[in-house]
Amino acid sequence: MEIVMAFVCGFLFMAAIYLILSRSLLRIIIGTGLLSHGAHLLILTMGGLGGTAPPVLAEGVSDFADPIPQALILTAIVISFGVTAFILVLAYRAYQELKTDDTTAMKGSGIDD
Amino acid sequence: MQVLAIFIPLFAAIFIPLLFRHVRTIHTGWFVLIVPLLLVSYYVTFISRVMKGNDVLASFNWIPSLNISFISYLDGLSLLFSLLITGIGTLVVLYSIFYLDKTKEQLHNFYIYLLMFMTAMLGVVQSDHMITLYLFWELTSISSFLLIGYWFQRDKSRFGALKSMMITVAGGLFMLGGFVLLALMGGTYSIRELIAQAPQLMDEQYFVLALVLILLGAFTKSAQFPFYIWLPDAMEAPTPVSAYLHSATMVKAGIYLVARFTPIFAASEVWVWLVTGIGLLTLLWGSLFAVKQTDLKGILAFSTVSQLGLIMALLGASAIAYHVEDAANTMFKYAAFAAIFHLINHATFKGSLFMIAGIVDHETGTRDIRKLGGLMSIMPLSFTVALIGSLSMAGLPPFNGFLSKEMFLTAMLTLKDFELFEFSTWGILLLIVAVVASVFTFVYSFYFVFKTFTGKLQASELPQKPHEAPIGMLIAPMILAVLVVIIFFIPNLVGDVFIKPAVFAIQPFLYQDPFLSSSPGMIDITVEAWHGFKSPELWLTVCIFVVGAILFTTLGKWQKLYRVQPAKLSFNALYDFIMDGVLNRGMTNLSKHIMHGSVRHYLMYMFAAICFIVIGTLFYKDAFRISFKGAAPIELYQLILIIVLVLGTLTTLIARSRITAIVGLGAVGYTVALFFVMFNAPDLALTQLVIETISVALFLLVFYHLPRLGKMQEYTPFRFRRLAVSIGIGAMVTLLALSAHSQKLVESINKYYKDTVYTEAGGGNIVNVILVDYRGFDTLFEITVLGLAGMGIYAMIKLRLSRKEKIK
Repeated sequence: MEIVMAFVCGFLFMAAIYLILSRSLLRIIIGTGLLSHGAHLLILTMGGLGGTAPPVLAEGVSDFADPIPQALILTAIVISFGVTAFILVLAYRAYQELKTDDTTAMKGSGIDD
Repeated sequence: MQVLAIFIPLFAAIFIPLLFRHVRTIHTGWFVLIVPLLLVSYYVTFISRVMKGNDVLASFNWIPSLNISFISYLDGLSLLFSLLITGIGTLVVLYSIFYLDKTKEQLHNFYIYLLMFMTAMLGVVQSDHMITLYLFWELTSISSFLLIGYWFQRDKSRFGALKSMMITVAGGLFMLGGFVLLALMGGTYSIRELIAQAPQLMDEQYFVLALVLILLGAFTKSAQFPFYIWLPDAMEAPTPVSAYLHSATMVKAGIYLVARFTPIFAASEVWVWLVTGIGLLTLLWGSLFAVKQTDLKGILAFSTVSQLGLIMALLGASAIAYHVEDAANTMFKYAAFAAIFHLINHATFKGSLFMIAGIVDHETGTRDIRKLGGLMSIMPLSFTVALIGSLSMAGLPPFNGFLSKEMFLTAMLTLKDFELFEFSTWGILLLIVAVVASVFTFVYSFYFVFKTFTGKLQASELPQKPHEAPIGMLIAPMILAVLVVIIFFIPNLVGDVFIKPAVFAIQPFLYQDPFLSSSPGMIDITVEAWHGFKSPELWLTVCIFVVGAILFTTLGKWQKLYRVQPAKLSFNALYDFIMDGVLNRGMTNLSKHIMHGSVRHYLMYMFAAICFIVIGTLFYKDAFRISFKGAAPIELYQLILIIVLVLGTLTTLIARSRITAIVGLGAVGYTVALFFVMFNAPDLALTQLVIETISVALFLLVFYHLPRLGKMQEYTPFRFRRLAVSIGIGAMVTLLALSAHSQKLVESINKYYKDTVYTEAGGGNIVNVILVDYRGFDTLFEITVLGLAGMGIYAMIKLRLSRKEKIK
């Protein structure tokens, strides 16, 4: 399963980077969303996907999932939500003020490069 | 105390601004004068000890962990330089009191820089540790930069300051490289210890490279060919600075370096050729071009270049003593003696000449030799001093320059017959160069003094009505002029007290017991003014005088020849090309090309770099592994989830409408939540579900206000690069995940949590306990971040740019 998940993470990252490098603000934001999903799954995968029970102490359970990646991811989920919300509103306000969601147009010149 | 003495000028500098601000009635220079005066009397007390051959060593641990310490090492060479620095320093400060007006000039700047330089220069000549030597060396460059740019409102001052800084600091960096190489070979940074193991160093692989690098440092500092170009431009500095830094002390730091490292490098043939050859070339070049100049200080600058070349050539010749048997009985022992002797003489006569040039400038308002003339009757004292200095520079008796010039000719005559390194073939050329350069030295010395002081007075050309300088201003040059004469009559006393200890530092292997007068291994040199009618030196000197006099009288006829050289073919043009063309414009273009302000491109560079570094490291560490060991089994509904996730991601990639893209992202988010469920992470799944729901709601809210997702034009190369970078990052992540899964290098630390979660923290849900207990602060900051994001969002929605501020 870990092997498959490694490829899934790679795919998510690829899509995320591709979107982040685009010109449209909305695509960039979606890209960052995908990036955080990819990162969460990557952390989980690197920790190992074994274990037969949630990491909660209980009678008769000894083989449970690794709690450390989970703790890290929990923090990351919340933070990534904060960031996503922030840049969403930023994009919304930027569009209101500048009448464009094209990052190149925001820079002032028609075409970069 | 000895180490502290180096820093006394720097400490004194702290009080200068206070004195300048609050004691306006007394010229700040009078307070400054105390410092070099104290120091010179302090160093005089060392003379008797060092004369007997006792070196004085004092150290102060600076950075013990790096084994760097200030070691003040006073042997003959260091002491001589220290005395020169503080002695000439005293005279220069005295002179500056009358040269710089206390009401008009920013005196505190001037004296702080000057004192800083004094510390730096003392540090250079006394440091035994090569790293501290380097630090002080660069400090002299910096203080020189500040002093040249003292009148910073003038363009030329700033240009000259920058030029000197660029060239000398570049040379300093080369020198540092040489030091490091040398230290790696010898295993120590101490110059004394390196000298002790000099014979072993010879065979090291990088010996010659270290030699060349260190010489580059010395040549740039001492304005040797072709690096001399900074010195004429440095003449924009106030004249006391030119007299002090750019003729008597700082430019001699390179001489010092060569002298100091002679015992280590002299055994190398490259050293002899480079130092002698470059020295002679500089001597010739400087003397030729001094006659071209029309600025008084310009003449002196080129003459300084030329004289430094002479000293350098003598040091190169002295190194030959390491190549001949029975060196103590050959003439090469004279070379080192002559070098040091000329160094002292040059400091005296050139110092006085610079001060006279400053006086002429001060009293007439111009330094242009074409406008000057006939000042002899108006400024008789200045004329006398200038005459003494010039005649000494020209090498005429009864002045000290005659003695050292004779010794130089002796050394060059000896070189002519020298057998080693094919000198017998080339030697005659060296002699010719030396003689031609001496002729031109004669010409520019006369040119300097007679064009200024004799001839017709052109009163209408002068900006001011000329008059004799105040006596205070004349004291310093007069003292130097008196020394010029005195040294001629007591050369052997000077030799015993100052020169022989210094010579011993340059050629320690030649003499077993140099300071006992009866021992056979002593330094047995006496200076004679009269060599007898049969000596070739005498006839060479006569020849130089005759040819020089002829050339001087016909100067007007051939001086025009200098105009033949096109300005584009000079080293100055090369410097301008490098500074302005290559560095300034080239670098601007380069950064414009790379840093064009597009964040997307910057991001792409970063992603590409990350990809390159991580994959490179994986490759370098041979970390590519795929192991199926310990992998969890794959179940059917997991496969279904994966398919959903991939489809969702693809939707976001290719979606044409906003809502499709958002739904795609939502699908991915919920799938991730389901994955969490499957991988036994219920807390994550819950959080993810909640967050995902809010996110999607937020997206839908905002999307209403955002424009449609249009197809945006991308130019093709960028599209390919973008695709390549994204695939690269994807591959990198996959490889990283595989590598992390396939080789567990260390045991997981989760056992600690499992064991202690109940006993230490009293909880059962390990993830929750980690968050609120073990990493409680983390969670606190996480909440803070969330709060900040909330405040930011609120502010963005509520605040509006007013119409006026609106970006157009």
